[in-house]
Amino acid sequence: MKEFLIGRLDTNALPHDIFMILGSLSFIFLGLGIVAIITYLRRWKWLWNEWLTSVDPKKIGIMYFIAGGFMLARGGLDALMVWLQQAISVDGSQGYLSADHFQQIFTAHGNIMVFFVAMAFIFGLINYIVPLQIGARDLASPFLNTLGFWLYIAGVLMVNMFFFAGGEYAATGWLAVAPLSGIEFSPYVGVDYWIWSLQISGIGTTLGAINFIMTILKMRAPGMTLWKMPLFTWGSLLSMIMAVTVFPLLTATLFLLFFDRYFGTHFFTTTLGGDPMLYTNLIWMWGHPEVYILVIPAYGVFSEIVSTFSRKPIASYRSNVLGMIGVAAFALSVWLHHFFTMGAGANVNGFFGIMTIAIAIPTTVLVFSWIATMYKGRIRFTTPMLWFLGFLGIFALGGISGVMLGFPPADFQLHNSLFLVAHFHSNVIGGVLFGIFAGLNFWFPKIAGFRLNEKIGRYAFWCWIIGFCLSFIPMYILGIMGATRRLDHYDSSTGWQPFYIMMLVGGIVIAIGVALQVVQIIASAIEKNRLRDTTGDPWDGRSLEWASASPPPFYNFTVIPTVTTRDAHYEAKRQGLLKPAYEDITMPRNTAAGIYISIFAFLAGFAFVWHINWLAIVSIIAIIVCVIVRTFNDDTEYTIPAAEIEKLEVARLKKDTAAAARTAKVAHPDEDMGLWQFIKIVAIWALDVIKHKRWQTWKHQ
Amino acid sequence: METSIEKSHHEAHEAAANDRVMFGFWVYLMTDLLMFAILFAVYTVLHGNTMGGPAGRDIFSMQLALLETLLLLTSSFTVGLGMIAARRGSKSHVLAWFGLTFVLGLAFLALEMKEFAEFIHEGHTMQSNAFFSSFFTLVGTHGLHITSGLLWMGVTLIYVIKRGLNAPLLRKLALLSLFWHFLDIVWIFIFTIVYMGAFV
Repeated sequence: MKEFLIGRLDTNALPHDIFMILGSLSFIFLGLGIVAIITYLRRWKWLWNEWLTSVDPKKIGIMYFIAGGFMLARGGLDALMVWLQQAISVDGSQGYLSADHFQQIFTAHGNIMVFFVAMAFIFGLINYIVPLQIGARDLASPFLNTLGFWLYIAGVLMVNMFFFAGGEYAATGWLAVAPLSGIEFSPYVGVDYWIWSLQISGIGTTLGAINFIMTILKMRAPGMTLWKMPLFTWGSLLSMIMAVTVFPLLTATLFLLFFDRYFGTHFFTTTLGGDPMLYTNLIWMWGHPEVYILVIPAYGVFSEIVSTFSRKPIASYRSNVLGMIGVAAFALSVWLHHFFTMGAGANVNGFFGIMTIAIAIPTTVLVFSWIATMYKGRIRFTTPMLWFLGFLGIFALGGISGVMLGFPPADFQLHNSLFLVAHFHSNVIGGVLFGIFAGLNFWFPKIAGFRLNEKIGRYAFWCWIIGFCLSFIPMYILGIMGATRRLDHYDSSTGWQPFYIMMLVGGIVIAIGVALQVVQIIASAIEKNRLRDTTGDPWDGRSLEWASASPPPFYNFTVIPTVTTRDAHYEAKRQGLLKPAYEDITMPRNTAAGIYISIFAFLAGFAFVWHINWLAIVSIIAIIVCVIVRTFNDDTEYTIPAAEIEKLEVARLKKDTAAAARTAKVAHPDEDMGLWQFIKIVAIWALDVIKHKRWQTWKHQ
Repeated sequence: METSIEKSHHEAHEAAANDRVMFGFWVYLMTDLLMFAILFAVYTVLHGNTMGGPAGRDIFSMQLALLETLLLLTSSFTVGLGMIAARRGSKSHVLAWFGLTFVLGLAFLALEMKEFAEFIHEGHTMQSNAFFSSFFTLVGTHGLHITSGLLWMGVTLIYVIKRGLNAPLLRKLALLSLFWHFLDIVWIFIFTIVYMGAFV
């Protein structure tokens, strides 16, 4: 009976070691704190109606940023824990983590950073910016978008669920190679949590990607041919095409691994004909393109930034696009370089080695396109531009080390060493993360209505660059010295410890950089009257997103612009902007269906982790019912009459004018506040709040 | 005059939405096809690993597989006739042809379940060896798709009876027929690679 009701769950699954107790307590306090604040401010209804059930890609984009930022802190903490262990676990000292726990932490770090941080930010940027760039009001299927987002959130919950039940995450490395991830060698629930967090969010990714392909290919403004598309949209399109190509492979592979563990099949087992090497192939057929799915939109971000801040159109636009297409195409045929040592033979290794090295060619085309754009440009060294320049250096480092690893003979030496770890961190931090930060600084005025503090932004950038070099250059050296990855203990006679300590110090500097980024956002919010963007176009931008207001109204554009050239908005400005006109606008209604489906998906995943069959069946039936109810609901849109739009626009214009007047009155208009001033202002504000009990006025009416 | 402009505006909006949804569904079908591609690849790699148990040629019945194929091919034909009826707006013909498709699909599913039941009865389960794991997964995934197609068809037909052939339901029928043809094509590959391949 107990077996039927709660499967394998029992009291042993409750958190009992100190890390699990601390982890679950911090989640509980965080959750309770948020609930208490929202309840006190009477914001539940507002939150549900305006945000959670929203189908507006702009709001969903912001929710992706918030969740991604939270997970960045979570995954960053994992990184610091790994580095702390490695810095102190020498000779007689075993450090503060058990070997098993150490393995779980680096596994979680990898999964969280790739799936729940980088993917979240990339999807957030695409959600917010792409519809604006192509002159669309919403997405091809607003419902699929909210469903994809909430499935991602279900995945986020699933990847943290082990704190509360089970106390074990996968100890297998981020791709859970077989047969280690099979039931024979990983009998408890860690790998199951891994499977279901990736499975649920991965299905969300596939749905989201289908939606963006539909949107970009079918909903561009009139006149915007493919060759006139902004480069970030190009990058997003290519990335989403790659996503629909490889995420189904992940889904299928995870199901097979799940069958092995749940039903006792023999796909990747060591017995009865299973083939673990098959798993390695399948998972990397997805895993390698996955990192390119992340980096290609970042290329697009950089193209937009370098062109805007060099005050020039991008140099050789077509080669830039072809470069991205080349990267995307090659990236699908290099997966075997992750296991040259598995023994596929010289010819197979040779083919994949050549393909790997050849990726450098289209990438270099891109780099030349960016450098040529800066050449003879009047460059403005704003923070987005700084992130771009930092990217250029670090990405070159990562690219060159990647070419080295692409030679099979060299790879036999460097395989699974820290050299490899340093290589891919150069690319995912220098490429993906810097691209995201550059994009956030660049588009922040569009999203929030005021630009970010430049001064503190620069401090954050320098912390990241210095911290990165402190962490990862020693890591390259360690790799060449022979340190393998995932070591939780080593001998002092190796001479490695100073390098490991440098890595930890670098990690702390990066953490300071992250803190400064938070400070940057708060400081900008304090000064928002001074930093306000009343024009909708703070950087003298080039593409259509700058043609809308900052922040854009929920319908994006009163009239869909007609495009005749690349850099459509830049040209429009030179020829004189159009007078505003108003028309009826049809918009999608909000829906909670995505939330309900994701709740049941989460429950189904949880049931599979713990072998609670009845719950799994009930949840799946509930998902089917939700899908049927939703898809047969025809009343999903509403029309706003032109007169109503006019009223909204006039009101907005009035507000913007008043804000501009306020901005004009603010003293010292050229100087962004520094750190000391920030601390002073926050301290004075906090004292004032406490003295006058100001929180009583914050309640929602 | 005013109303006719409004109406044509509405129709253009509908047509664009139709166009987008059809395109998106094609993209979805391609993702599904890639999932099947993985299952085919896995079957191709593992089907020889019978570990001393029977291979495909020892247990597959070509007659049964051929009968299943014919049922499914016929159902693709009836779905096509159903779509012609739908375009003409003939509700009773839509119900008849799609109803016949439903019955053919159900018969296919019954035959497949009978085959599975026989194998399991003889002691060949998913757990027996890698060959049976990959066989049951590949063919079973197709069967699961057929099942969801039948569920979709049943629900859509109920709505057709209730609401008549309105624009959203016509679109759903068109998507459904695409899905059904897609499953037919996947089955032809299963028939070729799994069943015929076993006797080569």
